[in-house]
Amino acid sequence: MSAAQNPRQYVISFIFIGVASIILLRLFFLQNFESKYKILANDIAIYKKVVYPPRGAILDRKGKVMLSNTTIYDLMVTPHNVPKTFDTAQFCAALDIDKAGYKKIMERVLSRNIDVRQSPFMEQLSQEQTARFQENAYMFTGFELVERNIREYENASAGIVLGYIGEVSPEMLKRPRYASYRQGDYTGFSGLELQYEEVLRGQRGVHYLERDKFNRPRDPYRGGTLDSQEVSGKQLDLYLDADLQAYAEKLMQNKIGSVVAIDPKTGGILTMVSSPTYDPNLLRGRDRAKNYAMLYRLATRPLFNRAIQATYQPGSTIKPMTGLIALATGAITPNFGLACYGSYNYCGRPIKCEHKDAGHAANFRLALAHSCNSYFCHVFRLTIDYSKFGSVRDGLQVWHDYLSAIGFGRQTGVDIPFEGTGRVPDSAYYNDRYKFSWNSCTVVFVGMGQGELSVTPLQMANGMCMIANKGYYYTPHFVKAIGRNENDSLLRKYQEKHVVLNIPDTTFSIVQQAMQDVVESGTAVGAKIEGITVCAKTGTAENKAIVNGEVIKMQNHSMFVAFAPRENPKIAIAVAIENAGFGAEWAAPIASLLMEKYLKDSVSVKRKAVEDKMLNAHLINKYVYTIDSVLRLHDAQVYAARMERKRIADSTRSANAEMMLERWINQKTRKK
Amino acid sequence: MSSLRKSLFYRIDGIVLALYVALVVVGILAVFSVEHRTTDVSIIMMNKSYMKQLIWFGYSLLLGMMILLTDSKFFSSFAFLAYTIGLAVLVVTIFAGVDVKGSRSWLGVGSFRFQPGEVAKIFTAMALAKFLSLPETNFKTLKHRLVGVAIALTPALLIILQKETGLALVYFCFFLVMYREGLPNTVLVIGFSAIALVLTTILLDRKVLFVALTVVAGLVAWLMRTALRRRWEPRALLVGIWLFCILFSQVAVPFAFKHVLQAHQIDRIYSIIGKDVPDEYNQRLVAGEEKKGNSSEYNVLQSKIAIGSGGFWGKGFLNGTSTKNQFVPEQNTDFIFCAIGEQFGFVGSAILIVLYVSLMLRIIYVGERQRSVFTRVYSYCVASILFFHFAVNISMTVGLAPVIGITLPFLSYGGSSLLSFSVLIFILVRLDADRQVLIR
Repeated sequence: MSAAQNPRQYVISFIFIGVASIILLRLFFLQNFESKYKILANDIAIYKKVVYPPRGAILDRKGKVMLSNTTIYDLMVTPHNVPKTFDTAQFCAALDIDKAGYKKIMERVLSRNIDVRQSPFMEQLSQEQTARFQENAYMFTGFELVERNIREYENASAGIVLGYIGEVSPEMLKRPRYASYRQGDYTGFSGLELQYEEVLRGQRGVHYLERDKFNRPRDPYRGGTLDSQEVSGKQLDLYLDADLQAYAEKLMQNKIGSVVAIDPKTGGILTMVSSPTYDPNLLRGRDRAKNYAMLYRLATRPLFNRAIQATYQPGSTIKPMTGLIALATGAITPNFGLACYGSYNYCGRPIKCEHKDAGHAANFRLALAHSCNSYFCHVFRLTIDYSKFGSVRDGLQVWHDYLSAIGFGRQTGVDIPFEGTGRVPDSAYYNDRYKFSWNSCTVVFVGMGQGELSVTPLQMANGMCMIANKGYYYTPHFVKAIGRNENDSLLRKYQEKHVVLNIPDTTFSIVQQAMQDVVESGTAVGAKIEGITVCAKTGTAENKAIVNGEVIKMQNHSMFVAFAPRENPKIAIAVAIENAGFGAEWAAPIASLLMEKYLKDSVSVKRKAVEDKMLNAHLINKYVYTIDSVLRLHDAQVYAARMERKRIADSTRSANAEMMLERWINQKTRKK
Repeated sequence: MSSLRKSLFYRIDGIVLALYVALVVVGILAVFSVEHRTTDVSIIMMNKSYMKQLIWFGYSLLLGMMILLTDSKFFSSFAFLAYTIGLAVLVVTIFAGVDVKGSRSWLGVGSFRFQPGEVAKIFTAMALAKFLSLPETNFKTLKHRLVGVAIALTPALLIILQKETGLALVYFCFFLVMYREGLPNTVLVIGFSAIALVLTTILLDRKVLFVALTVVAGLVAWLMRTALRRRWEPRALLVGIWLFCILFSQVAVPFAFKHVLQAHQIDRIYSIIGKDVPDEYNQRLVAGEEKKGNSSEYNVLQSKIAIGSGGFWGKGFLNGTSTKNQFVPEQNTDFIFCAIGEQFGFVGSAILIVLYVSLMLRIIYVGERQRSVFTRVYSYCVASILFFHFAVNISMTVGLAPVIGITLPFLSYGGSSLLSFSVLIFILVRLDADRQVLIR
């Protein structure tokens, strides 16, 4: 109506623009200068999901799977989605729990998490539970099975070789080695699982997901451009022969001891048994801790890998080495003979020999075949006293160096952890022990494999490889290829040939010939295999246990080392059976059966009787249990005493501090 | 003259309609961006809010078509009748309303629900326009001014009785219209000052406010020094106003908070602004009880996180992590602006605000070019309603204003809101098409 412009329209326009400007200004500061909101937005809305790749599988030499992954299921529940009309009875029946148990778990779930979020209801369901649940899954709204990978051992064998995995502990996480791990990750605890952890583990992937206000993951964040893909763990191909391993474990049942078989051409370990064995499937899944404690408490100590950790006096099995070194240094010739009439009398107290008939040690071949103690004690003395070396100290040192080069007295470097060293005494050791007053007679027992000398079964088998190869060996190892690649850098050190101190082939031929005689006409006739030239040496090692300061003489260890065939060695083996008796009686037949099985693929029917005898033998002595409990009691007492001492020290310290404080206060008050 | 008139199509104001459509489309896209999941197989999913909103848009256009085909005199003739019916429905709603979160402002007919308070704005605007355009109305008299205020505030009173305070506040925007039509300047000044005083008293620290008020008073005294020197009345007035403000903010409010109001009432007041209760007023804290966060505070914090994390350029369409994953409560309705702020950043927000301001200024321009007072008043009503909704809604999402549940025009999800704003706009466009005709 009014033709003239009303000024108030400008006032109102100004108000509109003014308020809009204030809002714009606020927005400008909010969106450009308050970065905390950006951080907060990312914190609340982005969920980092870690994806674990499957762990690498482990295959034997024939491509048979020994260790792989299997899927198990965790049962998850979203309490909010469980309907009011839920059939609890049926659900409980499927899971084999009672109603009270259901209620208890549900309360625990609800107390830990809000009800719209998925939480674990029951972890690692058994196969029966899974099957029963899946049958009626449609009825159980709100519940869901979530896949999880765990390790699966195909056969209940080779537990000590393969090892096991477990969750990293908070203490482990502090160490630099586990820097890339986090709470809840799994890692190898022993065996190949530990040694090859890095390659088996693969590389975990990180996926960024957006999450909603209930913390439920939703879409990938920024279309997944920031994600890193997981890389599967690499497969390990072993030299191990799963069939031979299983057979060896069967033969070793009810015995305490170990078997190590190596392919001399490659250093690949064909079999490694530490008896008694355990079912590796016990050490996985939800009962691992419980089962571990159970195995740990057993007196026979199945978790102790005797093949690489136990050290024995080798007994007569060392004689080929003693002879070899003597021949190599030139201390004796193959024709050297000794008149032995049942004992060695040159060093005061006579040393007993098993043979009395004259001429059983007329030359090297005969002496080794009959395992003459006198002969090898003397040969050992001749070697270390050899004028070429000057003194007995230098002579022993040379002898020590030879054995060390063969792999005794130190870790061979096998690719499973916690290997023992054994001991080859050198001059320094005796100087320390006997205050420099010792001579070849003092240490004479070492020549026949007793005394201060101790070796692991693995070292014994490795020594056989060296003799079989006539002077060289490869570091014993299990893994042939990593991720189908035989030239992986991790394997390079196992492809290196170790040549032992330039001993001529002829010397080896002499030793091999003598070892062949052991089987054909000597102490180990029972180890003969039809159509195959076996070279071997038996051993019967005396041993004592020291219990509460008392020395107890125990049944001899039964030892045996061998390789075959002589012409083209394919297997070198060492067997040690604790407290069983003569080497020829137990260790030799077992080694022989294993070699036959490996070389011929089966054991001939003719040897059925021997096989049965070995399978049925029960050679675990009762005193194993007694000694074990005594040792454990002793350990417990030592521990208790240590704790008590610590407690006393602590209380004394605090009492001292109190006294000082009191004195100080007294002084101050007196001044006043 | 009528023979020279072009057809209706050419007389429609294209700019208003274009801005209207643009805002609605932005709104649908915003709701879409919040609800869409990459896992969705198809965009067309009838159970999603954005599809429903699209359908409401269809209804709005249909209704708009019908309005455009109605004679423009119809609206002025039936203004009072519609207003009376509207009031009646509001009264009915008080008793027959569906209880939604404690307020009874919704009427339910079958599965269909609507909020009479939203629709009553249209009738109130028409009634006010009708009253002011009556030849016998003289808006310079106190009596007629009071009648105008009564027309504007009666629905507000009824809506307060429905316990939907936020919506009732909208009706105060009609003061802007009445100001345009002759209400004295002082009304505006006093109104804005009162709002400012109340807000600053609650939002600012007491000592800071004291200093600020004194500085402002000093500044005014310096500017008006000649007038103050000459006469005593302005001097007394200035001192009086200053004293009143000081007494109100420094004595009355703290006294009320400490001794008169109950703990839950204080909580309520501060939760409306989305702020923590200051420790001195927190009777629970004094009594040694533990502090608890309130929900509005959470809403505003989440809303600020969403908008603030958008930055200058925004996170990009469909990449809003906060809004997409439902961290901001009510983000389809009252907090839809967060979706814009997060995904399009400051640039997008600024463009949206410019769109709104353009629409409002255009409506004022349209109002001023009318022959008939009815249409002019009605235009101002529409602009004021839009302004109030826009200003308060966005202010509350960025923490500048209390969280009162009013929607962002055209953008917020919800049939009642979209339909009533569409009707407002289409009636305006229809009336404007007949700007050469005198409508009474």
